[in-house]
Amino acid sequence: MKVQRWTRTSRLFTAGTGGVALALASVPLIFDPDVVQKLTNLLILVILAAMWNALAGYGGLLSVGQQAFIGIGAYGTVFFAGMGVSPYVAMLLAMVLAGAVSVPISLLALRLRAAQFAIGMWVIAEVISILVRLDKNLGAGTGISLIQMNQFAPNFRQAYTFWMALGFTVLFLAALFFLLRSSLGASLQAIRDDEDAARSLGVRVASRKRLLFVLAGFGCGAAGVLVVANTLFIEPGSVFSVQWSAYMIFMVLVGGLGTFEGPILGAILLFAIQTIFTQGGPWYLVGLGATAALVALVLPRGLWGTIEERLGLRLMPVGYRVVAPETKTETKVQASA
Amino acid sequence: MTLVNAIVQGIFLGAFYAVLACGLSIMFGVMRIINLAHGDVAVLGAYLAFVVVERTGASVFVAFAVAFPVMLALGYILQVTVLERSLKAGILTPLLATFGLSIVIQNLLLIAFSPDVRSLGGAAGVFTTASWQVTGELSISALGVLILVVAVILFGALQLFLSYTPAGWAMRATAEDADAAELVGIDSRAVYARATAIAVAIASLGGLFLGIRSAFDPASGPTQLIFAFEAVVIGGMGSLWGTLVGGIALGLAQTLGAQLHPEFSVLAGHLLFLAVLIARFGGGRLTLRVAR
Repeated sequence: MKVQRWTRTSRLFTAGTGGVALALASVPLIFDPDVVQKLTNLLILVILAAMWNALAGYGGLLSVGQQAFIGIGAYGTVFFAGMGVSPYVAMLLAMVLAGAVSVPISLLALRLRAAQFAIGMWVIAEVISILVRLDKNLGAGTGISLIQMNQFAPNFRQAYTFWMALGFTVLFLAALFFLLRSSLGASLQAIRDDEDAARSLGVRVASRKRLLFVLAGFGCGAAGVLVVANTLFIEPGSVFSVQWSAYMIFMVLVGGLGTFEGPILGAILLFAIQTIFTQGGPWYLVGLGATAALVALVLPRGLWGTIEERLGLRLMPVGYRVVAPETKTETKVQASA
Repeated sequence: MTLVNAIVQGIFLGAFYAVLACGLSIMFGVMRIINLAHGDVAVLGAYLAFVVVERTGASVFVAFAVAFPVMLALGYILQVTVLERSLKAGILTPLLATFGLSIVIQNLLLIAFSPDVRSLGGAAGVFTTASWQVTGELSISALGVLILVVAVILFGALQLFLSYTPAGWAMRATAEDADAAELVGIDSRAVYARATAIAVAIASLGGLFLGIRSAFDPASGPTQLIFAFEAVVIGGMGSLWGTLVGGIALGLAQTLGAQLHPEFSVLAGHLLFLAVLIARFGGGRLTLRVAR
């Protein structure tokens, strides 16, 4: 018996991912700005899905309030840009702000379990939303534009924003990838599988969860930054909307809760659906809600989890696999994680 | 005197929140799950009463008598089709499934009724307008008294049901330990279905009061869910009378907050909720440990 991490598929795919990231970097040089804007939206969805999955899939933390950090990222950008900082620097500052705010919030939120955590986070998002509405300098309830972006020509602006989105996506996916592969990763996956059992084996559940929570704070903050950079106008009603949580839940559930690749697949799927049903509308949301509920009930591992289980396929090596030595062809005894 | 008035209005508002939260409290008490579509179910009940009023011109109270059995049946169906499955699948699945359901209900209501804001106030007759002017500052509305009386009767009736009827004993036994209850011949699935049916029907009573007190639209549900959940948590999760107390505390916080500044109303309720959470779970151990 031996334990292996990499397979030929995962080696090829991981190298391929690097290639895809490089290819994506050339997108703004080739495509029209409106295509670039759409693809920026896709990257925002990928970041959000990966972060929500980090919370729910590995930490068992089902949050209905991650829009709090999206809002802090978006409004933080407007705030710092208003203070005279260059818009793109303001975006970095706003992302750091969202991550920093997640630390004190985690002190309360991580003491709550299941529904208390879910709705507790929602209430925290509502509180932050109300505080923003009370501030006239942030446009109160009617919204505010990121006028400082006007100093860039539209083509360049869209390209810079896209590269920033790509940078954030690579950053957060890589952070999650290396986190899961580190010695921490094993404990995170143990928490995912059975929190009480992990605790009894000496896993420091609370500090691991805090790590994920703060990572998700940074990540959702980055997504919020990109939302305002991509649309140039925000209002509290939409940026703090619980609809973000609905999207995150849909992407992660359909893609595969607790898998690395699943949420990315889910994000691409949601992006495709949004591109097809451009008008949106209530029937489209009925479909999203019904699909999420149905997947939760009948296909709890999501699309990717199911594919992985059936085929023993592994594209990103975040877990280990046991290979029996006696046969020449690799017999997959177990494909964990 | 305005303060006395704010307190009286807060109690009336709180009684409304308690009715809204009652079903949530029952479901948590019996099954340890929170139905994230609870607010939407309440709004659905309000729309059902609205349709009956529109079609027949009846009073809202007659309309509610029609809507109530329909909501009982819907609650039963909700349990056997969605919640029963999700209960077996772990702690997060009921939340995920009911969150999906919440989006479905909201958008189906939007398709059926348009985003227009509706009210049941016009069909409530004397209850919408009658009030007793005690002094210049203090006025007691008939509707407020009605809701408070209904809330007390509702919680009292549930207490009697749980204490003195075999079905109530079965429900308490199942809540205590479902497996042990099964051993003495209690069908926990039937108990759960009954609990959800009652919870959903009571939620629609909350929706009815929402419609009479103010107005509703297809997107009103999530806010009602948050208020209901806050009432449950403030009063202590799993405690029935606690939910009545929690609802009134939330109502008081909102009306007193509004005394400071109209925009502080909802905020004050949220802050009370978070303060209760900190007091209950934060005690003494608010230390930051760095992951190692």
